[in-house]
Amino acid sequence: MIKTLVFCFCVLLCFTNVSAKNIFVGTGKQFKTINEALKIAEDGDSIIVSAGIYKEGNIEITKKITLAGINYPILDGQKKFEIISVRSPYVTISGFKLINSGVSSIVDVAGIKIYNTYKVVIKNNILLETFFGIYLQNSSKCEITGNSLKATTKIEQNNGNGIHCWKSDSLLITNNKIEGHRDGMYFEFTTNTKVVNNISEKNLRYGLHFMFSHNNRYITNIFKSNGAGVAVMYSHHVTMTANKFLENWGDGAYGLLLKEITDSHVDNNLFLKNTIAIYMEGATRIVMQSNVFKFNGWAMKIMASCMDVTVNKNNFLSNTFDVGTNGSVSLNDFKNNYWDKYEGYDINKDGIGDVPYRPVSLFATIIENNPPAMILFRSFMSTLLDKTEKVIPTLTPENLKDDYPLMKPLKL
Amino acid sequence: MKKIIKYVFIDILRSKIVIGFTIFLLILSLSIFNLEDNSSKGLLSLLNIILIIVPLVSILFSAIYVYNSSEFLELLVSQPLKRKSIWLSLYVGLAGAMALSFFVGAGIPILMYESTPTGYIMIIIGVLLSVIFVSIAMLAAVLTRDKAKGIGVVMLLWLYFSLLFDGLILFILFEFADYPLEKPMVFLSALNPIDLGRIMILLKMDVSALMGYTGAVFKDFFGTSTGFAIAMVVMFAWAAIPLWISVKKFKHKDL
Amino acid sequence: MIVADKLVKKFGKLTALNNVSLTCNAGECIALIGPNGSGKTTLIKSVLGMVVSDKGTITFNGKNILKNWQYRNKIGYMPQIGRYPDNMTIGQVINMMKDIRGRKKENLDEELIKNWGLDKLMDKRMRTLSGGTRQKVSAVLAFLFNPDVLILDEPTAGLDPLSSEILKDKIVKEKANNKLIIITSHILSELDDLVTQVIFMQEGKLMFHKSIEELRQNTGHEKLSKVIASLMSNN
Repeated sequence: MIKTLVFCFCVLLCFTNVSAKNIFVGTGKQFKTINEALKIAEDGDSIIVSAGIYKEGNIEITKKITLAGINYPILDGQKKFEIISVRSPYVTISGFKLINSGVSSIVDVAGIKIYNTYKVVIKNNILLETFFGIYLQNSSKCEITGNSLKATTKIEQNNGNGIHCWKSDSLLITNNKIEGHRDGMYFEFTTNTKVVNNISEKNLRYGLHFMFSHNNRYITNIFKSNGAGVAVMYSHHVTMTANKFLENWGDGAYGLLLKEITDSHVDNNLFLKNTIAIYMEGATRIVMQSNVFKFNGWAMKIMASCMDVTVNKNNFLSNTFDVGTNGSVSLNDFKNNYWDKYEGYDINKDGIGDVPYRPVSLFATIIENNPPAMILFRSFMSTLLDKTEKVIPTLTPENLKDDYPLMKPLKL
Repeated sequence: MKKIIKYVFIDILRSKIVIGFTIFLLILSLSIFNLEDNSSKGLLSLLNIILIIVPLVSILFSAIYVYNSSEFLELLVSQPLKRKSIWLSLYVGLAGAMALSFFVGAGIPILMYESTPTGYIMIIIGVLLSVIFVSIAMLAAVLTRDKAKGIGVVMLLWLYFSLLFDGLILFILFEFADYPLEKPMVFLSALNPIDLGRIMILLKMDVSALMGYTGAVFKDFFGTSTGFAIAMVVMFAWAAIPLWISVKKFKHKDL
Repeated sequence: MIVADKLVKKFGKLTALNNVSLTCNAGECIALIGPNGSGKTTLIKSVLGMVVSDKGTITFNGKNILKNWQYRNKIGYMPQIGRYPDNMTIGQVINMMKDIRGRKKENLDEELIKNWGLDKLMDKRMRTLSGGTRQKVSAVLAFLFNPDVLILDEPTAGLDPLSSEILKDKIVKEKANNKLIIITSHILSELDDLVTQVIFMQEGKLMFHKSIEELRQNTGHEKLSKVIASLMSNN
């Protein structure tokens, strides 16, 4: 009898120490609730949760475990609780459906919140009606991938950001879909992060919003129909490649707002049907290359506070205005772009127009100073003014011009 | 009334000017769509034709036609016919001919190459401007007995509607730049059918830009179905009111 | 049949009709005479509703002609200078008038077309016609619909003597049909055999309206031209 007991104990010991165990949660399973399972779980264990509705208040994870849902078990925060709080490194959470997190104006309550840790993976979860969706606080090397977040609250105070990263580093955020939050993705003091292949649409404020977040890369994301488009500020060494900025309409809505951004790249993006595709204020040493601007109100508004912005090899197609500006001096460089409004000629047939193109029309300048003048747009009067201005520039910046405009659109 | 319309219509077609204008429009719009690589640029060129050439030809041709048919009118007036029917028939004949000419010359190419909401609204506005300027021409012709003077008057009217009015608006905009002018502008635009038509087209053509601050005011007003209906009513009023006044005047005109 | 009461019409400062009143009845043939600019044409145009008088009324068969247009069905009008759409042929003009009056076939008087031989000229455009042929077209249109009243403004001006005779014969014939005929003319000798009454106008005023017999008795002259000359010298 004692022998047997000792053997059993040994076996148990072996299992726990040598290889991680699987703990099952669900009706008719080992545990009824995740919190019970968490109590006995040890580092390296997996908690596997069957489908069902779990109303457990707050689930706090302090061990290096994997929490996996099968057939999307529902974790209901009952509009009171933060659903999952992660306070340990090496945690993986996948396959859950999190609904109805608490809402608070004092603390940032989230669906999943990661506190001061590293190497956490949040994968393939669905978050519905959470205040903040996935919240990373002072964490690094985390991976947020394949999650789908949706909120429907229209009041901004009761609606947090979809993916919110604060003071974090080296994150990988891929293939998420965020809809209806305050900001789709929000980064503050977050560095060395890759944001790839996400879709952020119909958010109340910005599809993507970051501040003081340096050395980040944004690749092949789609930002569509967000209240105010995308706004990025006070950051340097930002790379934005092959993203799509679509249908951000309204006053103060921008496909992309760049404010105090330096040493950055914006290339191969598509800007379609935005009121203002790119708005730049205090932007310095930006390279804009191989982007397509199509059917926008303004393809670009570049304020006089911008310096050394290089705009080359872009296609400007069917925009109401190509470029707007507020000053009379321009310290930026436009070169080798295709402008569909260009009316010059190419005698030597090298594909480059022989006369420069001035992308700022007089009427765009007038509207900049006196917005109601928009009512006269495309009138005989405005056409006459524009034609005269093309011959003798007076109000538009003399050196804001493309000396080498392309005759044919680039294949982009 | 039908009979007089028929004779007016036949007579207009016989004068060949309208047919010439139709062919001119047709060649112009077809070449615009074929030469431009993107059709939205083609629409832009057509916009200028609709806003400048259509009103000009409409007002000028109608005025000249009314003056030239003074004999015909005299003949008709001595017959057992109501003056009102004579005048309205003349209007229907002229407006019908001009609208048809625009539709065949520009409308059909637009439908062929740019069958979009922007294209449709351009056709509607083009047809409306045609009939509006016939109406204005008839009012000018009934008020001015002398042909040379009458033609001068209609040229001035055209210049006013297509250029001077906008100059005035621009002046007001800059003179009162410190005041919120968006809403008064909506009202002012109703005072010029060309401007009103242009704004209706802009709402489809430059919708992205019009979503900006000031644009939003126009969009909020004209973009709604109520605003659209109001704009259409104003356009119809621009055709109906000058015509109505001209009927009143013609009833008592000595021939 | 036609009664005018105190008509006044001013063109700017010029008074074309000054308090004109007159009565015309069926079966009468009235010569409306007077110097150039005496208001004859204005009076005729007023009756036709082409000129709207400033004051006074005109009634046709007892009905005020103002805002009324059906009465013109009963009037045939031959204008002093007939002007027609240039691009139409004679045939088209005649057909158009038939069409507008809504009378295609029945009860049409095409005697003048035949007598003048106009049927051979039907394809000629109005702009190519001589003044005389144009007059003929006007006359044809005036008689075409068998109207009760014929108003002829200088009917024989520009017509050759032969054509003129044909027209006069036609007028005599219509007079016999108990129609009211009003003729203005400068050539008084032409009116001798036609008229039953004379209206004389001067500077917009109706000087007199008397029957021809009365005038002949008063002056002792047979010829109308003499009658008028003696009256004017008496004045």
